[in-house]
Amino acid sequence: MESLLQLLAATLNAGTPLALAALGLAIHERAGVINLGAEGMMLLAAAAGFAVAFHTGSPTWGLAAGAGAGALLAAMFALLVVVFNASQYGSGLAIMLLGSGLSAFAGVSYAGRSLAQGQAGLPWLRDIPGLGGTVFALHPLVYATMALACLLTVFLYRTRAGMLLRAVGESPESAHALGYPVGWIRTLAILAGGLCCGLAGAYLSVVYTQLWSEGMVAGRGWMALALIAFGMWHPLRILLGAYLFGGLTMLQFQLQGMGVQVPSQFLAMLPYVCTIAVLALRGGNPGWMRRNMPRSLGRPFLPER
Amino acid sequence: MIQLEPRASASRLAAWLSPLAALALTMLGGAALFAMLGIDAWQGLRLFLVEPFNGVYAWGELAVKAVPLVLCAVGLSLCFRANVWNIGAEGQLIAGAIAGGGVALLAGPDTWRGYVVLVMAAGMLGGMLWAALTAWFKDRFGANEMLVSLMLTYVVQLLLGYLVFGPWRDPYGYNFPQSRSFDEAAVLPVLWEGTRAHAGLWLALAATGAAWLFLARSHPGFRLRVTGAAPAAARYAGYSPRQALWTSMLACGALAGLAGIGEVAGPMQRLTTSVSPGYGFAAVIAAFLGRLHPAGALLAGLVMAVLYIGGELAQSRLGLPASIVGVFQGLALALLLLGDTLVRYRIRWRGPAAVAR
Repeated sequence: MESLLQLLAATLNAGTPLALAALGLAIHERAGVINLGAEGMMLLAAAAGFAVAFHTGSPTWGLAAGAGAGALLAAMFALLVVVFNASQYGSGLAIMLLGSGLSAFAGVSYAGRSLAQGQAGLPWLRDIPGLGGTVFALHPLVYATMALACLLTVFLYRTRAGMLLRAVGESPESAHALGYPVGWIRTLAILAGGLCCGLAGAYLSVVYTQLWSEGMVAGRGWMALALIAFGMWHPLRILLGAYLFGGLTMLQFQLQGMGVQVPSQFLAMLPYVCTIAVLALRGGNPGWMRRNMPRSLGRPFLPER
Repeated sequence: MIQLEPRASASRLAAWLSPLAALALTMLGGAALFAMLGIDAWQGLRLFLVEPFNGVYAWGELAVKAVPLVLCAVGLSLCFRANVWNIGAEGQLIAGAIAGGGVALLAGPDTWRGYVVLVMAAGMLGGMLWAALTAWFKDRFGANEMLVSLMLTYVVQLLLGYLVFGPWRDPYGYNFPQSRSFDEAAVLPVLWEGTRAHAGLWLALAATGAAWLFLARSHPGFRLRVTGAAPAAARYAGYSPRQALWTSMLACGALAGLAGIGEVAGPMQRLTTSVSPGYGFAAVIAAFLGRLHPAGALLAGLVMAVLYIGGELAQSRLGLPASIVGVFQGLALALLLLGDTLVRYRIRWRGPAAVAR
């Protein structure tokens, strides 16, 4: 029982950065913006978050700095795709390269250092025997992520603003014709999503590994993109998908711990191979994709006057 | 408020000048970065603008770096022309290095000198195989080629790690994760004494020419361009999008594979955990900077090579991390996209009153 709970806790811990990034990107995509720069945003946020947490000694400030770094790159992305109407694919790649380059550049002096361990978990709940030491002992952001998925669901499907966001994603032309500022809505969505990606990246370095190393995001930004299609653009399904992938990462270590004689590199391939499997599974059903994918995804919008 | 107004016709000259402007502005950005780090801006920029061309050895190094970049950029240009978003050239490059490297390790001291041709062919096939996986997932399952090709890059990187840590590790290599060094027969000849420039240079030039002939002068190339530029027209004409997908992916895989084995059989002469400092990704930028034209890819590949060399020099002489290259690359691509907007649109400043109307 105890070990099962520990596994569950580890899964939640590993799934959280993926979930946060994927939820952020889902906000983007619901507004019709595809962001290939998530990997770079997460990397820069991981570096910035680690640096700030290292100097201030406070993981919270680290996370905040990461969120800020993510939002900063997101603002650049918004400038490119919304204001200058540039290709979303090209701009995303530029942000990806810029983010990973800057993070490697800025993070070089932090490689090999580690953060002081802080006390995590939720007050009161972490004192429950059994549960308290495992599933309630994680960083508060883990639970905040779950709450975020729920809130996002309510926002998207139960509020006027959420419906507007979806409308922009489905048909920016119609939203514009009704007098809504498509550009501003997309910009806000990009900034909010960038904030989430930044938090996700900072969570990796400040809470998850408590280390900085170059390229440490290791494709999670790209996996998050695949997770959105896996979760059919629905926040709760995306959250579940992220935990599934988190569990997969943990499976690696479990198998190794059990003494399975497979080279570690092959086990490390698992998340990537599963991402491909997920993409094949979803892509194989075009009707499904058509019904769920925001119509204007990836298409620039320039209002005509 | 900025508003964009489409230009009636985009100037061709401006379209070719915008990459140059982007590069010039990137250098300005670089100067600002150096200034921020407290380094004399000219001293920093010299490493990128002058030093890479200083002497015979430097020109050789330029060729060494440019070969994989040009090969990948030409291949990616074909893909992007066909509207196939393959951004996993890095993975195809590594697959080529593994396949070719495996064949190279089979050679012994007495192997025939022409064996290196076989090594190169194996590298090409390896790259093609890796690209074919992406094409197959796209073709059979409709899986997004961009994400699949990237995920496969991580997979093949791990596979390379497994091989050089495991079965292919040099038994006399003091436990370093690398293979034994290749025998003479499996190594590309050096072109000029005193440099490291190798025969891959001719391959890169030939590939550029062949890709240009294919795109501009052949019917399959025409079909590929139409499929990418006007899918509806291509469907109407009966051109198969599947054919464009497979042709461009396999061609790109072959070229990237060649780039990979060229690195391994050329300057490195053994397999290590890292066969490329991100050439496959830099080539994406080179393809865009080169306007998806093979000749443009050749020039842009050279520019990217200069950036890499500048980065190495900045590392050795100024003690900066080599990742400064990544910053420059991202900046260059972002500025290029901005420039393209200016080519296609006129920018109008409007007061709040005009916006409200």
